[in-house]
Amino acid sequence: MKIPSKPTILALAIILATPLAANPARDAIINALKQQAGVSSFSAEEGKALFLATHSGGKPETPSCTTCHGTNLKAGGKTRAGKPIEPMAVSVNPQRYTDPAKVEKWFRRNCNSVLGRECTPLEKGNILAYLSSL
Amino acid sequence: MTTRRILLATALGVALATPLSADDNERVRPVTDPLTRAECSACHMAYPVGLLRSQSWERIMGTLSDHFGEDASLDPASTEAIRAWLVNNSRPYAKPPAEPPMRISELRWFKREHGSRLFTVARVSKGIGSISNCQACHRGAEQGLFEDD
Repeated sequence: MKIPSKPTILALAIILATPLAANPARDAIINALKQQAGVSSFSAEEGKALFLATHSGGKPETPSCTTCHGTNLKAGGKTRAGKPIEPMAVSVNPQRYTDPAKVEKWFRRNCNSVLGRECTPLEKGNILAYLSSL
Repeated sequence: MTTRRILLATALGVALATPLSADDNERVRPVTDPLTRAECSACHMAYPVGLLRSQSWERIMGTLSDHFGEDASLDPASTEAIRAWLVNNSRPYAKPPAEPPMRISELRWFKREHGSRLFTVARVSKGIGSISNCQACHRGAEQGLFEDD
């Protein structure tokens, strides 16, 4: 077996050490939410619970995030009208959560649909932490 | 072509064209405005503007926060631009009903064309999912082409 050159090993080490989801635009979105929420970190566990739960405050057609996004977030979901939704997991869809306007627009719409209210910055951050951890 | 064949073809042509009303013998006017197209196709295909009348579009654009059971609201500027485009590119009812229809699938010609069995088939078929998914059967639906039925 050929021994890899030093630069190759170094490059590999950097790739392995970098969190899978790292992206400056997404980090900026998450950092802004941390400031708004007044916290230093978000909980993927809390985000998971909120995302997978069945709620009753919103519209009866959409009791959960999973109504449209499904429970396997590395696979795509489907809107109620039958249109495919790209996977939510950052690991398989690295473009996710990198456009702040898009993130805000869909949180506003979908939290209203599912919860009957907007999500708090803490809830948004927790959900993004969850979806980035998958 | 014999006269009989021409007559038959004409009769068939008229029958197929009726559901989509008057000027849509060949094509239902599609959504060609980029903003309208982008926003209206986020969750479903951009239904051709010619499938509903102006007053129906007006009502849809006034109730986006509860759009068939979902919040589809937009910023005010986009909402107004899309409303104007849809209203200006569709035909008005001369005598609009008190509550202009919002669901294309509830229009009389639509129900006649598809029949209740197809509604069920669409719902239970994995590849379709809903009668709202025109493109599952009509590949050119977003371009206003429905001749493939």
